[in-house]
Amino acid sequence: MNKRKVFAPHTRGRTESWLKTAATTVAAVALLAACTPGDGEQGEYVEIDRDPFPSSYTPLPSGATLITGATILDGMGGMIEGGSILMEGGKVVAVGTDVSAPDGATVIDAAGRWVTPGIIDVHSHLGVYPSPGVQAHSDGNEVGDPVTADAWAEHALWPQDPGFIRAAAGGITSLQLLPGSANLVGGRSVTIKNVPGRVAQDMKFPGAPYGMKMACGENPKRVYGGGNNSPEYRPSTRMGNVAGYRQAWADAQDYQRRWDKYERDYKAGKDVLPPSRDLNLDTLAGVLRGDIRVHMHCYRADDMGQMLDVMKEFNYQIASFQHAVESYKIADKLAEDNVCSAMWADWYGFKMEAYDGIRENIPFVHKAGACAIVHSDSSSGIQRLNQEAAKALADGRKAGVDISKADAWTWLSLNPARSLGVADKTGSLEPGKDADVVLWSGDPFSVYSKADLTFVDGAVIFDRANPDNNPVMDFELGQPGEGDVK
Amino acid sequence: MRKLISIAAFAATTFAAAAFTAPLSAEDIAITGGRAFTNGGSGEVENATILVSGGKITSVTSGGAVPDGYRVIDASGKWVTAGFMASDTTLGLSEVSLSGGIVDSSAPKEKNMIGVSVTPAYNPASTFIANTRIEGVTRAMTRMTNSGDMWLGLGAVVKMTDSDAVAREKAFLVIDLDEGSATEVGGSRAVLWHKLNEKFQAAKDKMDKAADNGDDKKDAKRPSAEDVTMKAVLSGDIPVYAIVNRKADIEQLIAFQNRFGIRVILSGAGEAWMVADMLAAAGIPVVLDPSANLPSNFDLLARTSAAAGRLHAAGVKVAFIPPGTQNARLVVQNAGIAVSMGMPWDAAMDALTTNPAEIFGVSDSYGRLAAGMDADVVVWDGDPLEVMSSPDAVLIAGDDIPLVSRQTKLRDRYQDLDRSPGFDR
Repeated sequence: MNKRKVFAPHTRGRTESWLKTAATTVAAVALLAACTPGDGEQGEYVEIDRDPFPSSYTPLPSGATLITGATILDGMGGMIEGGSILMEGGKVVAVGTDVSAPDGATVIDAAGRWVTPGIIDVHSHLGVYPSPGVQAHSDGNEVGDPVTADAWAEHALWPQDPGFIRAAAGGITSLQLLPGSANLVGGRSVTIKNVPGRVAQDMKFPGAPYGMKMACGENPKRVYGGGNNSPEYRPSTRMGNVAGYRQAWADAQDYQRRWDKYERDYKAGKDVLPPSRDLNLDTLAGVLRGDIRVHMHCYRADDMGQMLDVMKEFNYQIASFQHAVESYKIADKLAEDNVCSAMWADWYGFKMEAYDGIRENIPFVHKAGACAIVHSDSSSGIQRLNQEAAKALADGRKAGVDISKADAWTWLSLNPARSLGVADKTGSLEPGKDADVVLWSGDPFSVYSKADLTFVDGAVIFDRANPDNNPVMDFELGQPGEGDVK
Repeated sequence: MRKLISIAAFAATTFAAAAFTAPLSAEDIAITGGRAFTNGGSGEVENATILVSGGKITSVTSGGAVPDGYRVIDASGKWVTAGFMASDTTLGLSEVSLSGGIVDSSAPKEKNMIGVSVTPAYNPASTFIANTRIEGVTRAMTRMTNSGDMWLGLGAVVKMTDSDAVAREKAFLVIDLDEGSATEVGGSRAVLWHKLNEKFQAAKDKMDKAADNGDDKKDAKRPSAEDVTMKAVLSGDIPVYAIVNRKADIEQLIAFQNRFGIRVILSGAGEAWMVADMLAAAGIPVVLDPSANLPSNFDLLARTSAAAGRLHAAGVKVAFIPPGTQNARLVVQNAGIAVSMGMPWDAAMDALTTNPAEIFGVSDSYGRLAAGMDADVVVWDGDPLEVMSSPDAVLIAGDDIPLVSRQTKLRDRYQDLDRSPGFDR
């Protein structure tokens, strides 16, 4: 068995020369240790640039906005009747029943309407599997190897996906774009603000940590086991899956040790060359260092149980299991190990590992004290995540789990923000946080309610009453249906 | 929409688990006190007494007395409707669709399936059927979705009972005239439409020739299933269920209908709203998924969730496709989405009941709460189109269906987590 072939992408002929070039042009920064003891000259200290594609996001212009008289869910479990929220400078300034508007503020009477934090979808393929879903746009699964941690979703992100605008109409203010689930390790995810940009960097959520997509179960063994996408014919079983994750982590440990040793030696004054750069292991090592968060597609409880032990063996944290159709079977273990479950309200049954889905999965995870998240994995579902939460809430209540609407909203904003590592910036209506806010036409747990206004950093990105003001993506210009109500 | 308060929702979920495999049959039942919608979204009857006997509805009255011997289902404070219908599914033809064994709704290598009926493949024990019916969806159109060409055979209307489930077999002939089908058939829409017209012209010529020959039986041999099907279509006995999305293709379909004088149901229908007036004039009903609003390919550029309301306003009869067969129950949420995007509530209710009953040819027995109809009756704890509402009682052809499924059994097993839940039966 040739493990090296499987787990070291630099052995692939097609990309080898490009990777060598990349390694020699690594940004050389931070000349350390101006005076080193003893033995003569040192070469330049090489430090890997951790942010080579920096965010160029800037908030859209916004004035002060005061929304009054609304039912407010603060996203932390609180509910305020007749509440007001003031946004200014792109931030939430005040939330309560007695908030006054500064001079020049836009005041919106929201009597009978509801205000919530913007919805954060932790599982989207918008931009990487955009509409139209033609073969030329199929950019989400780099299937050539079971471990492609070197593939980054943002490098495939097409900012012109019309799905972003539809999602804004559904109250989505931030979202995580992930590679697909063909691979054991699919690559890096990126968290974005749902604001149109000309390049992907214009959408990147400033300061958000990277994520890394992994996948359990049926997909990797199906994609590789037939030999179609890898000459190794592996993984072809769940045994091969777990072997693959573990070897990848072991390789990453080795890689990190080599870089650590290089740093130690250099700081000790030795004239040493840095280890060869490996973009695959860069990302995996980033997880082991705690810089990158693992989001793992995993349906079955037993698959999740194995990954909890792999996580402990290699000392990293799984931020979330994605889809997590059977989390209800092990919700206590997930609570104990502090792993979020990102779930559908009721999608199930389309494959064996989704066969045991139940409608009470989300409320049962919540009941166990574990972190519950409503996610979409769908360009259609992302438009109505509030309805997904409503269904889960209703099903939970009917099964005897007493959850308030205010608590249920944590599934849509604060818990997702926590799992993505941006809860200090968004996810709840607290003074100082980004003004990522939705004004709903009514109770957002009703099928009839819709987002009237969606704000990102205090600026309106979707206005149902003024369709002519809403963005139209380049692709839709000059086509049937341009600018229509969708 | 006014919401009524749920009173007995929780109690109902634990009801009658023991009867899961043995639904009662032909019981005399009275459903009393509810707010009934007897004709789709109209025909409202307050304090309705609905009498059910022999599997049929025998009367619907406001405040009517309950005869001796009837078991009463108290629907006070609740909403009562006909069971809903999902208008395009593979229910009973597939279980786990990916890597889970045979999928009877798909025959990717088979061609020219004009005479093939899905009925022999229908499995009423599919777990999706119980999962669907306990959510108030009691009927479905079911059909094949995949073949080696454009012909997808004869679909059926089923009621979601454990036996005697096929309400109407060979109810319509499915023809896929969409982009994917053209890719299979010659790789071009030019070839696809040519072959369609040739097939129909040949069948029509054959019928005309047989008619000219009058009673001459010398040559009479048993007609093929294809001949029988084409004759049924060309004589208007059954409709063609045509899957088309692009506006230009829908215009071709209307011309095709006129050319052969047949009945057509338009399915998919992404850009149908753009020719709503033409469809209304041609009497072509439209079956669509109102949640679908993205330009997923170049046939669907103008797709919008406002389509259902626009088509209805133009006078087109509309029914709803659910988002996937395992979630056929979500056809109800889809109706709510259509309402949120401009369709009147009563029209969306029609699209779940009376419209599909008429479109698929079962309106003599299903779709309304009226004497003589099959007793598909659902008692809801609130506005049935609301995502937080659910049924408290479901009758299908008079059977009081236990609100139990494989999913509810898993739910009950894992209510409390312990070491080995498998022992908790």
